[in-house]
Amino acid sequence: MSFQWNDHNGSFHPDSVFDFLPEEQLRALQLQRLRATLERTYNNVEFMRNRMDSLGVKPEQLRTLDDIRRLPFTEKIDLRDTYPYGLFACPMSEVVRLHASSGTTGKPIVVGYTQDDMETWKNVIMRSLAATGMHRGDILQNAYGYGLFTGGLGLHYGAEALGATVVPISGGNSDRQIMIMRDFGVTAISCTPSYFIHLIEHGASMGVDLKSLPLRIGVFGAEPWSEEMRCYIQREANIRAFDIYGLSEIIGPGVGIECACQNGIHIFEDHFLFEILDPKTGAPVPDGEEGELVLTTLSKQAMPIIRYRTHDITRVLPGRCDCGRSIRRIARIERRSDDMLIIRGVNVFPSQIEAALLKVEQTLPHYQIIVRREREMDEMEIRIEVTAEVFSDRVSEIERIAKRLSHAVESTTGIRAKISLVEPQTIQRSEGKAKRVLDLRKLDAPK
Amino acid sequence: MKIHQLSVFLENAPGHLATPCAVLADAGINILTLTLADTQRFGILRLILREWEQAQQVLEKSGFVVKVTEVVAVQVEDRPGGLRNVLQIVEQSGVNIEYMYAFTVRAGGKSIMVFRLDNTDKGIAALLTGGAKILSAEELYELAGQGK
Repeated sequence: MSFQWNDHNGSFHPDSVFDFLPEEQLRALQLQRLRATLERTYNNVEFMRNRMDSLGVKPEQLRTLDDIRRLPFTEKIDLRDTYPYGLFACPMSEVVRLHASSGTTGKPIVVGYTQDDMETWKNVIMRSLAATGMHRGDILQNAYGYGLFTGGLGLHYGAEALGATVVPISGGNSDRQIMIMRDFGVTAISCTPSYFIHLIEHGASMGVDLKSLPLRIGVFGAEPWSEEMRCYIQREANIRAFDIYGLSEIIGPGVGIECACQNGIHIFEDHFLFEILDPKTGAPVPDGEEGELVLTTLSKQAMPIIRYRTHDITRVLPGRCDCGRSIRRIARIERRSDDMLIIRGVNVFPSQIEAALLKVEQTLPHYQIIVRREREMDEMEIRIEVTAEVFSDRVSEIERIAKRLSHAVESTTGIRAKISLVEPQTIQRSEGKAKRVLDLRKLDAPK
Repeated sequence: MKIHQLSVFLENAPGHLATPCAVLADAGINILTLTLADTQRFGILRLILREWEQAQQVLEKSGFVVKVTEVVAVQVEDRPGGLRNVLQIVEQSGVNIEYMYAFTVRAGGKSIMVFRLDNTDKGIAALLTGGAKILSAEELYELAGQGK
């Protein structure tokens, strides 16, 4: 293996060597780590052991990477059912960090990290940031939320390990974001892409043109975004914008990222094994064809996860990337195989909307969720058919109900939605069942 | 003393007023008067019809949400100050007018106002005491040329 480590442009870090492992070496490492993960899981997680026993699978039966197909899947519901610590594979005394999903309805999802896991997380973030061209001397404004959400703290330690100067500003307070960006000479930023677009506009309203600042790199994730958004961001802020992929269940941000070629997301395959499967049959699809991304952790100690169904639809981008990395790439995530919506970085299920509507109305009205991207911001509209139950001759009364519906949706999902009351029978139904979700956001595939 | 009024929920979008009117026309039902309360997001079409029960049926069958409300029709002198006298009676009684609209027919120097009151019975009592002429449903239909 030969590569040039050039600290001047910082295109990779010494640890990035794992991005360039020869194929055979990488697969051997994966197999070795998968075996260890399986044994650890089988021996320490009762839930998983029962599940494997019921399928008659033992860890020692795993001889090749393809044998992973004999293992059971893990679903989000499994994490809920085992709340809070049911999938932990180590004693709590070894867990040094807990994160959790917001869980506005029902139980949140809890994830734990050992000291080793923290090192792994730091490592993949460091390699992620290095892949974008970030290096020692960069000043990173980390505008992901700090707290139970994995975004803020996840980015934080990896960026420090890379040698960047981290400004742990967290999310919100756009006035201060712009002021610090300008006064601190910030060169890189991490947040959701829609929040960054808001910052571009907010800066303009304060008389600060982001193009005139030293800012040069943006690391954006936690929600789907498109090539059009990338073009807009790169043009309006004069930076390069990179898509970072991750999910709390697996580790948080840092499962993969785009490199300087901006052509697909490299998955850190030494730590995460991925499969692309037909979401209906669970069978693998040929390289290059679309399917559901299924992830298995290879190094996680506190909470190893076997074959996690992400419900994210993507495909393998065949061939080696121009950057030279041997770790494979997947296309940017455009859609999902379930009904979960990601709106401004928040996961929303139609079932949450139903629960909210039922708080106001006695029976569930026919409704439809429409998601649009207006001025590059996600907007959610909920069309609700008016029933005799809520209809009143008084304008003020109807407006009061619309307001109550709006409050209920916001307090349940955390997202403010436009409530549109519509006439009965106007929401399109298919086979008697109303079409619940209309996602009109246009997200382009990587070219 | 009370008149039945139909209220129909409408989306505030082009073409949405025509449908209920067409439904009534097809059923051969004449609209005596109507008014439209609208906001940016929706409208409430309020109708007075002689065959209000039949109208409610055909509208609901066509998928509309219909509410029957009771309103009061008051004869008002068709001259400056004519309406003021009636309004003063209602206001002094402490009854709140939720909305009102004028009827399309006039007869003998009188026009007709329709009131929706938060306390209909108390309002009627005040109007009668104050000397206002309240029309019964039959009188109203007759004036509108829809008598039996």
